[in-house]
Amino acid sequence: MRNVYVLGTGMIKFGRYPDKTVPQLGGEAALLALKDAGISIKDVEMFACGNLMQSNAMVGQRILQQVGQTGIPVINVANACATGSTAFREAYISVGAGMYDIAMAVGVEQMGKAGLLGGAGGGDPAYLTEGKLGSGTMPAVFGQAGIEHMRKYGTKLEHFAKISVKSHKHATKNPFSQYRNEVSLEDVMNARMVGFPNTLYMCCPTGDGAAAAILVSEDKLKQLAGGRKRAKVAASILTSDPWTDRDLTLPDVSTLTRRASKQAYEKAGLGPKDIALTELHDCFATAELVHYENLGLCGDGEAGKFIDEKGGVHPSLGGHAPVNVSGGLLSKGHPLGATGVANICEVVWHLTQDDRAKDRQVPNAKAGQAHVIGLGSACTIHVLTV
Amino acid sequence: MAEQAQATDTGPRPIVPWLKLTPKPHLEALKCACGAMYLDPKRVACSKCGASDKFNPITLSDKGKVYVFSVVHQSYPGIKTPYVTVIVDLPEGISVRANLTEVDALEAQKEPNKIFNLPVELTTAVASKDREGHDVIAFSYRPSKN
Repeated sequence: MRNVYVLGTGMIKFGRYPDKTVPQLGGEAALLALKDAGISIKDVEMFACGNLMQSNAMVGQRILQQVGQTGIPVINVANACATGSTAFREAYISVGAGMYDIAMAVGVEQMGKAGLLGGAGGGDPAYLTEGKLGSGTMPAVFGQAGIEHMRKYGTKLEHFAKISVKSHKHATKNPFSQYRNEVSLEDVMNARMVGFPNTLYMCCPTGDGAAAAILVSEDKLKQLAGGRKRAKVAASILTSDPWTDRDLTLPDVSTLTRRASKQAYEKAGLGPKDIALTELHDCFATAELVHYENLGLCGDGEAGKFIDEKGGVHPSLGGHAPVNVSGGLLSKGHPLGATGVANICEVVWHLTQDDRAKDRQVPNAKAGQAHVIGLGSACTIHVLTV
Repeated sequence: MAEQAQATDTGPRPIVPWLKLTPKPHLEALKCACGAMYLDPKRVACSKCGASDKFNPITLSDKGKVYVFSVVHQSYPGIKTPYVTVIVDLPEGISVRANLTEVDALEAQKEPNKIFNLPVELTTAVASKDREGHDVIAFSYRPSKN
């Protein structure tokens, strides 16, 4: 594989855009990324588009029908919440493999107020089983994943709540974030319970959004970057859920993340201590807590201590292992297909001292990672370096 | 014969195919020679070892222990909350997703340690009626009574 670089990025503020279409949202992000790269759509040789909820509707082509029908190959990607990051990876592969020199990835989603999401309780049933054979709603499923940590290590509701406090605080510094309000520990703990232990503020919102990236080969980087600092894709990993004892009953979001993480660190030649910032898949506070350990940011069983900020190394901005300085899915929002590209944009902005991260800039960031889980399951990890 | 078929047709329906209602309600699974077990009775192959021809049906115990739970406060329209959703580990080595009934959901939240490893037993109830008017039977677990 050749070296691949991110020449340009673009993202629209996550929120609600009932008056716009999915191709319009994606097209806006694409134009921002092209402008940031300093190229035109006519320079793009390949386009991978990530969108989940209209995945049968040729969203990539419809974006080009908004921004430039150049006749290039387009692939439409769906991979649950890892949809955007998988599209980014397809663009990365096509440049890395030497097939193309300039590729574009867009992640876009318009969810409106889509509600709880998630399937029926019992899996592939003839009758509706939600509430009758347990629950398949996302707050409950990820609640159980957090409870598993509680069972193993005595983790408390307060530990999960602190994650939400941290992420909301981060989001106040991110103009691209859907929500930018601070919440106190009491606010989080006393908020309406959705699926124990996840209260309202421990659940990511639904919403609309789009993000885009332009990926180029080293030769093109030299031609086009004009001396601007640009991030390299040091690892692009995708895993699916391997067979584990309970995976088919209680989706195991840990094993495939641990496998991806090991591969990502090996491929990038880095360890957790080298990572200046991590954007990880905090669809629920319970998910963020288990991924601290899955990504090696702290030891097994230490996630509670890690968020307590008693260990010297903690996940807040200003700590040694900041996590979700964008505000995370909890505050920045989680328009499903957009998330994976948006997370990469965030990491890139810190590595290149981009103005778009100026109020929350992680100092001396030389390497960062973006992790996404698509339940069902897919895991992507991208490590970026400068 | 026709009368018999019709008589069967008016009977209750299990909500999922792995729930069997006779001779008494119980769960069935497929067990692969490699040890992996699946609730889905129409499985194509074993996703642990890949074998497609080494399955045998097994009857699962009606008793197990709670592995983890959540308390659902917000569900889909028309579904009464709160309720306790559990993952139950059965002695055969398979896990089942179900509701935990006959416990206080809010108490469960306050003292999760009382729910972990709780011995439970299978119980059934009418969950709804299908379009033809048959009772649809669902299973849940409740704290073991003996």
